Amino acid sequence: MTQPLLCLTGLVAGWQVPATRPVDLAVAAGRIVGLTGANGAGKSTLLAAIAGRARVFCGQLEKKPDLRIGLQTQDVPPLSGLPLSGRDLLALTAASADGLPPWLADCLDRRLDRLSGGQRHYLALWAVLQAPAELLLLDEPTNNLDAQGVRHLAQALRTRADAGCGILLISHDAGFVNGVCDEVIVVEAPDVV
Amino acid sequence: MWSELFLTPFLAGLCLAVLLPLVGCYLRLRDEWLAALAYSHVAAGGALLAMLAGLLPQAGGLLAAAAAGLGKQALLGRLPGGALFPLLLLAGWACSMLVAVNHPLAERVGSALFDGQLYFADARQLLWLFAGSAICLLVLRRLSASLLLSQLYPDHFRLRGERVWPVHGGFDLLAALALALATTTLGVMATFALVFVPPWLAFRRARSWRRSLSLAVAIGVGGYIAAFALALWLDQPFGPVLGLLMVLFGLS
Repeated sequence: MTQPLLCLTGLVAGWQVPATRPVDLAVAAGRIVGLTGANGAGKSTLLAAIAGRARVFCGQLEKKPDLRIGLQTQDVPPLSGLPLSGRDLLALTAASADGLPPWLADCLDRRLDRLSGGQRHYLALWAVLQAPAELLLLDEPTNNLDAQGVRHLAQALRTRADAGCGILLISHDAGFVNGVCDEVIVVEAPDVV
Repeated sequence: MWSELFLTPFLAGLCLAVLLPLVGCYLRLRDEWLAALAYSHVAAGGALLAMLAGLLPQAGGLLAAAAAGLGKQALLGRLPGGALFPLLLLAGWACSMLVAVNHPLAERVGSALFDGQLYFADARQLLWLFAGSAICLLVLRRLSASLLLSQLYPDHFRLRGERVWPVHGGFDLLAALALALATTTLGVMATFALVFVPPWLAFRRARSWRRSLSLAVAIGVGGYIAAFALALWLDQPFGPVLGLLMVLFGLS
């Protein structure tokens, strides 16, 4: 087995205080790992710790040296009132428009703040998904997407993983997680202990 | 209008009419449009203090604004809630007023700084403005993508192990210097008009970032030329004419 891109061993993350139970996981190139669990289990905090935003209280967090990481958070980029088109956004992150669904490809020259919430979300996600990176961290990527969007996202993730990218994603959508992930890890809430 | 008497001031202002709307676009992107007034007032205060100390007012204005721009990141942590620019504005205004009230010569210079002294721009000042504007435009072009990226995806630089402070610090310094340069030529409010109105209109109407930059420059240059011609024709001060024109553009 090749060396994983990311390896967590007994990792406890949080902000001011610990917010997760110890978590073990590894993400290798070409693999999609899903994190599920109840609200408040600390899934997003775990992702934030991997991204260097939240604090690691104990355990080990190892990343491949010079690993290029892409991060999609639940915070929508502040696009309101900005004269930015979809094409502008993709150019910023060096993401390719190839593979976009037709219902989004047709909107590339429109302002992002004049698109629907779902279109805007998927374009902002696509800008992360297709940017040059070896590891992608995705927090609730199916939010705001309809069934057609979720199906397209699942295909896009598989294509990205087949191209050698490792993906760690959080989702409350059990059907999506089970359908797209190679491995699913359930994060239990700290108060369950 | 095109006689030598007015050509040099016209060209001096034209450099700023191109630069200021572009700086304003990036200030608006960062939700920092109030910086235009803050840095202008700090530059005015610095210019008057320099005059009291027997130094060149322009140099004092540039130094004071540069210090404010460079100190911004350090002050932001101490002044939460968006208080930095209002406090800088108040400090610059208070210093200017106190110096102007207590020094007979400063009153005239202070009035010139706030009203603008475009018609007194000479060939040396034009050269400085042209060189300064060209350098600012080149730096802005280099910073553009990083400024947009850091605004939309704040984690991007940290995730790639890249430093973001040169981008923010570089832009803060550039904006402060550009505004100081403009304040000592156009005056505080004419500078504010060119930084605020063209980007505000362009952001509402343009379909892409590049088009918004082009539209902001077109509005800024068009408004400047019209204001310069009208002010000469009606024998009125340039700053208020530009301000009124920009308000009319905004309402149209």
